[in-house]
Amino acid sequence: MQQTRFAWYLLAPAIILLAVLLVLPIAIMAIYTFYEFVTAGVEKANYTLANWQEFFTDSYYHLFLWKTARVAAITALACAVMGYIPAYFIWMTSFRHKWLLLLLLIVPFWISFTIRTFSWIHILGEQGAINVTLKTLGIIDSPIQMLYTEGAVIMGMIHFLLPYMILNVYVSLEGIDRDLLSAARTLGCTSAQAFREVTLPLSLPGLCAGLLLCFVLAAGSYVTPQILGGNRDALFGNLVYDTIMEQLNWPMGSTLSIVLFVLLGIVSAIYSRYMGLSTIFKGLSR
Amino acid sequence: MRQPRQAEDASGVWGWRAVKIVTILVYIFMFAPILVTVILSFNASMFGGFPMTGVSLQWYGKLFQNESVLRAFKTSIWIALLTAAVCTVIGVMAAIALTRYEFRGKQWMNTLVILPALVPETILGVGLLLLMKWANQPRTYLLLVLGHIMLALPFVVLVVQARLIGIKRVYEEAALSLGANRFNTFREVTLPLLMPAIVAAVLLVFTISFDNITASLFWRPPGVETMPTQILAMLKISISPEINALGTLMIVITVGLPLLGGAIARILSGNRQ
Repeated sequence: MQQTRFAWYLLAPAIILLAVLLVLPIAIMAIYTFYEFVTAGVEKANYTLANWQEFFTDSYYHLFLWKTARVAAITALACAVMGYIPAYFIWMTSFRHKWLLLLLLIVPFWISFTIRTFSWIHILGEQGAINVTLKTLGIIDSPIQMLYTEGAVIMGMIHFLLPYMILNVYVSLEGIDRDLLSAARTLGCTSAQAFREVTLPLSLPGLCAGLLLCFVLAAGSYVTPQILGGNRDALFGNLVYDTIMEQLNWPMGSTLSIVLFVLLGIVSAIYSRYMGLSTIFKGLSR
Repeated sequence: MRQPRQAEDASGVWGWRAVKIVTILVYIFMFAPILVTVILSFNASMFGGFPMTGVSLQWYGKLFQNESVLRAFKTSIWIALLTAAVCTVIGVMAAIALTRYEFRGKQWMNTLVILPALVPETILGVGLLLLMKWANQPRTYLLLVLGHIMLALPFVVLVVQARLIGIKRVYEEAALSLGANRFNTFREVTLPLLMPAIVAAVLLVFTISFDNITASLFWRPPGVETMPTQILAMLKISISPEINALGTLMIVITVGLPLLGGAIARILSGNRQ
């Protein structure tokens, strides 16, 4: 009994902090979605469904939602393909300095996200490595427009999210009993079959955890489209920021935030129902 | 030396080669842009991009005379230090409660503590601003620090929890049965064993706070820039070579610190075990 109380004392600061800074704000946000927008920065507590009506009827918002989902899905899938292979290599390799390969995956987490993102300007930009090289070689006359496109935004997000994917898959691969592979080979599987029948299915939890994490983080992103995208490449996060910080339309901004929160919550809930969230935590704690 | 078991039949050999090549390409993909930024920071040209016109350190010099950069740097350092100190204490306490004790609602608390890592920062950003508006309070440094503590808390809990699970309870139980009280047991037994995880957590929180941009754009007091928001503001004007120099300096700091910390942690844990 006394033990239990002591545990709550230990937890108290964290719980109070999160209750005030996380739970309460989201509750206020939910209430704000029913407020009436009067003019920039001013709203009235007349309970109205106007914001929700606007959201559900105006195709402007639906387009943003669709584009964000598409970009996040492409990013997550690209991360899965580009991430699985190195994770598999690190797991299988007989290379003596495996730790170095793993360390190199952690290093990007330490390098400022802003810097990692803007460094792509030097690769894709008009004065970037690709364009300058192609021009010097005489292959093109005028620079190819690669920066400030949706492709550049996706590239930047893959660059940021790939280590999450690789680590998630690697953690999952590490949990596989290697004897199973030997058994499959002894029983006559080719290496490709052994991979398809044994390794791939057993590493699916990590792969799915990575997919979810990449999708959620990409869908909520705001800075990458700011730096690498053009005006037309804004995502839902940018819409939220503009609605609140530029138009000062708090009720609509709250509505859009709640929409994003609920949709991503549903994705995570479906996932945790089938896989359990613990897999993601395992990946995050690395 | 163990050979990859894959490399026994023809398709396996080619498959393994393909895996190797893709892995190398992915590593190049991850590091090439960063490397290019570092190289360009020594470019003598007035423009931030290629071609290189010569090697020079002038942009680093310029950087140290840039008042707003220096101010943003100081702001970020203070916020990160404060965040690291407070967040680590709160996080270690929570991690101990969540691994060493059984109580009702533990599963819920576990989820709540991890939640800030799963909710998009944009939403966390809007939420805290809304709270301030609702409570009629101005945006202050305190808000920024509290926000950063919330963002980093899940990572402290995860790192410390992972280590705590690995520390056998018998050590603590032995101390308790020999008459040490709970506080002394923690100070003499648990804390030393936990030290590597705590060092790791402090560094992690420091980098998370120092590096945070999305939420900070919402939370910063009017007119205040942190290091990342300052870089973003500079980027909007032009891709100047000064930004490359700044980026390079930050890479050196943020990669050097954890490597140093890792070495310290290894020495600490080596001495204790």
